Amino acid sequence: MPPIKEFFVDPNRCIGCQACVHACSECDTHKGQSMIHLDYVDPGRSTQTAPTICMHCDSPTCADVCPADAIKRTDDGRVMTARKPRCIACSNCVLACPFGVPKMMTELDLMMKCDMCYDRSSTGRTPMCAAVCPSGALFYGTREEIERRRPNSRPVNQFQFGGQKITTLVKMMVPREATIDRIDATDAMHDRPPADLVLLNIFDDEISETERES
Amino acid sequence: MSGVEGESPRSFPDGRPEEEQPAWIRDFPTDIPDDDYVARREFTKFLVLTSGGFAAGQCWIGLKSLGEETGPLPPKEIAPLDEVPVGGVVEFRYPNDDVPCLLIRLAEDRLVAYAQQCTHLSCAVVPDLDQGLLRCPCHHGYFEVDEGRAVAGPPRRPLPRITLEVRDGTIHATGLERRTT
Repeated sequence: MPPIKEFFVDPNRCIGCQACVHACSECDTHKGQSMIHLDYVDPGRSTQTAPTICMHCDSPTCADVCPADAIKRTDDGRVMTARKPRCIACSNCVLACPFGVPKMMTELDLMMKCDMCYDRSSTGRTPMCAAVCPSGALFYGTREEIERRRPNSRPVNQFQFGGQKITTLVKMMVPREATIDRIDATDAMHDRPPADLVLLNIFDDEISETERES
Repeated sequence: MSGVEGESPRSFPDGRPEEEQPAWIRDFPTDIPDDDYVARREFTKFLVLTSGGFAAGQCWIGLKSLGEETGPLPPKEIAPLDEVPVGGVVEFRYPNDDVPCLLIRLAEDRLVAYAQQCTHLSCAVVPDLDQGLLRCPCHHGYFEVDEGRAVAGPPRRPLPRITLEVRDGTIHATGLERRTT
């Protein structure tokens, strides 16, 4: 039996070269559209970018909220683009996905998303984005390979979005010494606010009362 | 499977196992193999309903044909015999205005008449008396003019024949004869 290959994402290593974005649209199952999201993490303050591919959840929120029963998962856990005859282009999945993966293609009236290049990965070949990534931010290979290449990192596939716990097929690399067993999305929301953010204390009763008195 | 990950079990948003999920979640599974699976009961239901539909349709057709009027048709005047030359064709409608028919005088003492609808898909047939044929232009069906039998093309049944009678120098249609061979 050939070795089991898995997908590992290491956003730290992303250099924002857009190679994955262009390679993605070349995939035969993507109808010429790029399914990958490449975002600036903190525009204006940092050049750090991060690629987002579908994490392929074991309980896909997109499929759970689909009113048309259009989003399906293969037996090896890949969540597919919505089925064209069923998709009603309601965008429920786009709003519901905690990772923000699905894209609504309004010209096709169809939700399309990363399917890990199912034509390639189902036959053991590397998905397009991982095949072209020059820095290894997107890596497709065996567990042994990733451990050899990234001795200071380890993969995590548990996520916490508020009350929602998600286990995914795609793994996210975190520092090896980190003590977390899951990545909590709300952790990133408690950073100090940017210096130029103007705070209107409309919810602060004390201030509004003093203002009213003066 | 070659070089891909093994089976990945489905979990549910509330964390409970599949057996405890509400029926509608189990009715609309997310995994493709479960979605494609047809249970024996569903398949049997489908078979019974569709074959029941066909049987009911057959009964309906049978009952409808039982209720058809089979009495003799009223005679209808077509044309004076003198006005139809040998080799001439007269178009008329019989027994009602929905059915176009052709009266053909083949010889001094031989008159034939057929409903004009081809027995394949009811296109109007066109007389081609030089060849002794009635031709359907839609799919090139041919009927011979003597008896109205199909000789070539898709139609298998002969054209319905109109029985004729000459009374006082006028041609009358007296009946419609549907034939299967």
